[in-house]
Amino acid sequence: MTEVIMPQMGESIAEGTITKWFKVLGDVVERDEPLLEISTDKVDTEIPAPDSGVLSEIRVPEGETVPINTVLAVIGGEVSDVAPAAATPEVEAPVAPEPTPPATTPAAAAPSSSPSAGLRSSPLVRKMAAEQGVDLSLVNGTGRGGRISKKDLLDHLETRNAAPAPRPQPSAPAPTPSASVAAEAPSPALSSGDRVTVEPMTKMRKSIAEHMIVSRRTSAHVTTVFEADVTRIVQLRAENKALFARDGVRLTYTPFFVRAVVGALGTFPLLNASIDGDSIVYHKDVNIGIAVALDGGLIVPVIHRANEKSFLGLARAVNDVGERARTKKLTMDDVQGGTFTLTNPGPYGGLFGTPIINQPEVAILGLGGIHKRPVVVNDGIAVRSMVYLALSFDHRLIDGALGDQFMADVKKRLENWDEKIL
Amino acid sequence: MTGVTYLEAIRQAMWDEMERDENVVLLGEDVGLYGGAFKVTAGFLDHFGAGRVIDTPISEEGYTGVAIGAAYQGLRPIVEFQFIDFIANAFSMVTNFAAKSRYRTGAGVPIVLRGPAGGGVRAGPFHSQNPEMHFVHTPGIKVVVPATVADARGLMKAAIRDEDPVLYLEHKKLYRHIKEPQESLDAVDDVVPIGKASVCRKGKDIVLVTYGAMLHTALDAAEILAEEGIDLEVIDLRSLVPLDKECVLEAVRRINKVMLLHEDTRTGGMAGEIAAILAEEAFDDLDGPIVRITAPDTPVPYAASLEDAFIPQVQDVVRAARTLHAY
Repeated sequence: MTEVIMPQMGESIAEGTITKWFKVLGDVVERDEPLLEISTDKVDTEIPAPDSGVLSEIRVPEGETVPINTVLAVIGGEVSDVAPAAATPEVEAPVAPEPTPPATTPAAAAPSSSPSAGLRSSPLVRKMAAEQGVDLSLVNGTGRGGRISKKDLLDHLETRNAAPAPRPQPSAPAPTPSASVAAEAPSPALSSGDRVTVEPMTKMRKSIAEHMIVSRRTSAHVTTVFEADVTRIVQLRAENKALFARDGVRLTYTPFFVRAVVGALGTFPLLNASIDGDSIVYHKDVNIGIAVALDGGLIVPVIHRANEKSFLGLARAVNDVGERARTKKLTMDDVQGGTFTLTNPGPYGGLFGTPIINQPEVAILGLGGIHKRPVVVNDGIAVRSMVYLALSFDHRLIDGALGDQFMADVKKRLENWDEKIL
Repeated sequence: MTGVTYLEAIRQAMWDEMERDENVVLLGEDVGLYGGAFKVTAGFLDHFGAGRVIDTPISEEGYTGVAIGAAYQGLRPIVEFQFIDFIANAFSMVTNFAAKSRYRTGAGVPIVLRGPAGGGVRAGPFHSQNPEMHFVHTPGIKVVVPATVADARGLMKAAIRDEDPVLYLEHKKLYRHIKEPQESLDAVDDVVPIGKASVCRKGKDIVLVTYGAMLHTALDAAEILAEEGIDLEVIDLRSLVPLDKECVLEAVRRINKVMLLHEDTRTGGMAGEIAAILAEEAFDDLDGPIVRITAPDTPVPYAASLEDAFIPQVQDVVRAARTLHAY
């Protein structure tokens, strides 16, 4: 009996991937005959049979990655009756379990371009993906080293076209194929000429379009608007900006709002829930999405477990995701798993907006601009820093009274801020 | 099996054309009295006479020059090289005179330069070469490489009727190795246009582009691969100059993976040229690397084992196809 092992193809190579078995279980192999093909970080190569005899065991199926010196097969033993290697669970490569996102379905508002970086495909596949509006990071690659082939893309398209809705929503109005209208829009009837310029949407634009339409079709949007006096917070920020800067943190208003929202979500957990069919899913983690505007689009990176962070930690996290969103360094994890989203329609002077819910969440808070206004205080008129807060919520799950109670709680936390922030 | 061999098809085509047009003449070493080293011209001297079937001294440069001069005088000479390797001795005549004549003086040179090419018969480095690329690289000369009996006949007739020099490479291993029944030859055109490739097998997974004797290697490999579920389309170029690139591009745009196979050596080979065309004109249609399967860059070895290692074999094609298919 001779064992076939994963050879070390170079000093720095620690593992290799089986890309092809040239023989099947029970085949007679000749010594030095090509037996399998492996792919490592450095080389792809054929491995010859180390001995002649019957291929009695294949322990590692095609597509698996294993460390060097792993036994891949056995030549000359008894041919076992067990199912072919592909079904052998104990030899599966140790794959890190997917971190379980708190939301039942990952809710990437707009896939960042970064998850696609490093994907291997081909000129043809990239062209077809652009034409069909396919995010290649969602396509399962079965080629060498996980490469996405034409067949993989066609399989993906077939699946997508068979089930165009992003997730099953039995209780929601049946999603129609046009829900993904943006992704499958026909070529524009117009072409560029004297009076118009026609250009294809970017991948991000199409993705946003699709998500917005799906959300409108899915949720029963209601928006409630509150006004909050944030004079105390404006002062706090002014007093502490320099101190935070010393720690390398740019102190904005956002962490104050995140803090207030996280506190209120603790009191009203239904706002931190989502709907799955006929069930309500309560999330124990509070993962706050922060909408970040980008050139030609936006993205919603998520601050995970915002309820476990200190104020400084939140301020730092807000800086971090914003910076990485703008420099396209977000990972897939960064844009998944949100349970509640903050968006900021105020910076250009808008009083408030009526945001669209980031599915599968059930509420989103829009922060208006902070403006000084004359306000009646104790029957006198004072100049105070005021902000409009607009909450859009899903009336399927949240009734108006609850939405307003939540907002009253957020308002109270902002107006009576008593937490030391450093 | 009875039938018409590749050699017989060449012989028959020349015979027919000499019958049809008295300006067609034949010259070369031993083509007359001896009937040619491979007996391609056996019987020609008796039938057409010494005025049209001319035995020459061993001087490729000399008799190629004679043929060019005769062409200027209105004849349509067929020049046989006993082994095509020796066309090297006539290199200047072919490349500087025959190929450039139309460009320099407006006078076409309707000659056919033909001879046995290729290896696989243990004939060593002087008698096994594939010299096509010297001439593919030279503007002004057409290059055809028949791989089948019907094409051997059809391309010979087209070459003789062409108004410019045509290099006609016949593979010596195919001479008596492949046959076709007379009836199937009767059923197809007896003239094959120069510059048209032929799709010999339709497929959907990989396009294999080849020419010459490698067509048969390709088709054998396709049979084996079909059993594994890998469906090869096989294109026989037939003409290297002019090249039917539209045929190749069409197939690559449809199938997206391509392998290029030839018996000639690798560097500067036809596969490299086609790979460049595909990279320029079909880059967006490629779903994997362009794969070349060729002889290595060495002279053709004598030793049987080495010659087998040198010439691409069916298993080489099968292995390359498996890898590309899984890519």
